[in-house]
Amino acid sequence: MVKAVIFDYGVGNLLGLKCALERVGFDVSVGILGQDLVQADAIVLPGVGSFTFAVQKLGCVKEVIRTKVVEGVSLLGICLGLQLFFEESAEGPGDGLALFEGKVVRLHGDLKIPHMGWNTLNLVKPCALFDGINRGDYVYFVHSLYPVPLDGSVVCAETTYGATFTSAVVDKNVYGLQFHPEKSGDVGLQILQNFAKVVKR
Amino acid sequence: MALAKRVIPCLDVDHGKVVKGINFLQLKHAGDPAEMAKRYSDDGADELVFLDITASHEKRDIMRQYVECVAKAINIPFTVGGGIRNVSDARNVLCSGADKVSVNTAAVENPKLITELSDVFGRQCIVVAIDVKRNLTLAEGKVTVQTEQGPVWFEVTTYGGRKNTGIDAIAWALQAEKLGAGEFLVTSMDKDGTESGFDIELTRAISECVHVPVIASGGAGLPEHFVNVLTTGKADAALAASVFHYNKYPMPIVKNYLCKAGVTIRQ
Repeated sequence: MVKAVIFDYGVGNLLGLKCALERVGFDVSVGILGQDLVQADAIVLPGVGSFTFAVQKLGCVKEVIRTKVVEGVSLLGICLGLQLFFEESAEGPGDGLALFEGKVVRLHGDLKIPHMGWNTLNLVKPCALFDGINRGDYVYFVHSLYPVPLDGSVVCAETTYGATFTSAVVDKNVYGLQFHPEKSGDVGLQILQNFAKVVKR
Repeated sequence: MALAKRVIPCLDVDHGKVVKGINFLQLKHAGDPAEMAKRYSDDGADELVFLDITASHEKRDIMRQYVECVAKAINIPFTVGGGIRNVSDARNVLCSGADKVSVNTAAVENPKLITELSDVFGRQCIVVAIDVKRNLTLAEGKVTVQTEQGPVWFEVTTYGGRKNTGIDAIAWALQAEKLGAGEFLVTSMDKDGTESGFDIELTRAISECVHVPVIASGGAGLPEHFVNVLTTGKADAALAASVFHYNKYPMPIVKNYLCKAGVTIRQ
């Protein structure tokens, strides 16, 4: 059984994510990346909390995550988890994991913020996570910030809310989703199933 | 493509059972929340709202149990409201698997609660529910809105509509937004249960003054009511109970109707 460990920043709901990962066949543990990390096939950074708080909680584990990624462990970042992949965020001070160059900025314009609800994916680059997913499929978003990668070639999906923003990035075994696959019905489940497949490989 | 308007069934839960008039095929009168949730989720609901109406001291455990069962059964977002009076109540519900909590009377009586909750859990988790009645007696300092009934102001009520507070709903929404509300659930107590359509003027008035999403509630009886409140009423989402419970207009029919009317929805 493939093992996934969800990093727990210590706030909010991780049960939904845990159940969704279990549904697609993961053996899931939730914690602060201690002993369970040794055997993990996948690390998941979930999407609850704030950038500054999460960065503090990650602390020295940051280096461990980077090492694990180099060793080939798959890393999935969801919402805030994806934002932590970048160098910095307009949400607050703190250094991200810097797995991707670029920063996280605020949604702006004459829009209701947070961007909350179902919006569509425009797939701009093939990615194993989106096998069986079609352009225009709906996924669930709840966020006020979004990432701006320096290297546009990592972008694999975009979404439009006022302006068009990056809603998914991929680089080798690092996958970042600005939306919540665990709350995105059947489409989300398919994406997580795809993640389970790439982890098994 | 754009952000879709949401259609949200609402379920009243008492001692861990869905109570309000369930008439779903073989389901019994007191339905199981997880079973109902799964059915609505499979039917295409965009989100679910549970209002816990249990009034007893063993409430916490009951709430925790059913919230956990629902969380395990579905993979769409859901909100739990009813009896959340402090950070500990909210944590209890959120850590059991709810995505958002809704506060109503407790927030009117203690507005700081909104800030406390939003500081701990993030504003996207905090839904402020406002129960509103039209007041035809115009008063100074209240925002007057023209309606088909003539000029009215919108008054906040608490305790399920039993207590009039004298507070202007528009002013309250603005204050609650500043304090950290991430979304509003606006229920018209005049329309609730009438199935005669949402209060369009109320919904639009609130939606135009705040910068977070607004869920309209109270009065849904026909598919066209959803169209009206999501277009003219400028709501971001529409919530209903009996229309869906009695299977009068199942979710797919309402969604098809919205789609044909040109409303952006997820199908």
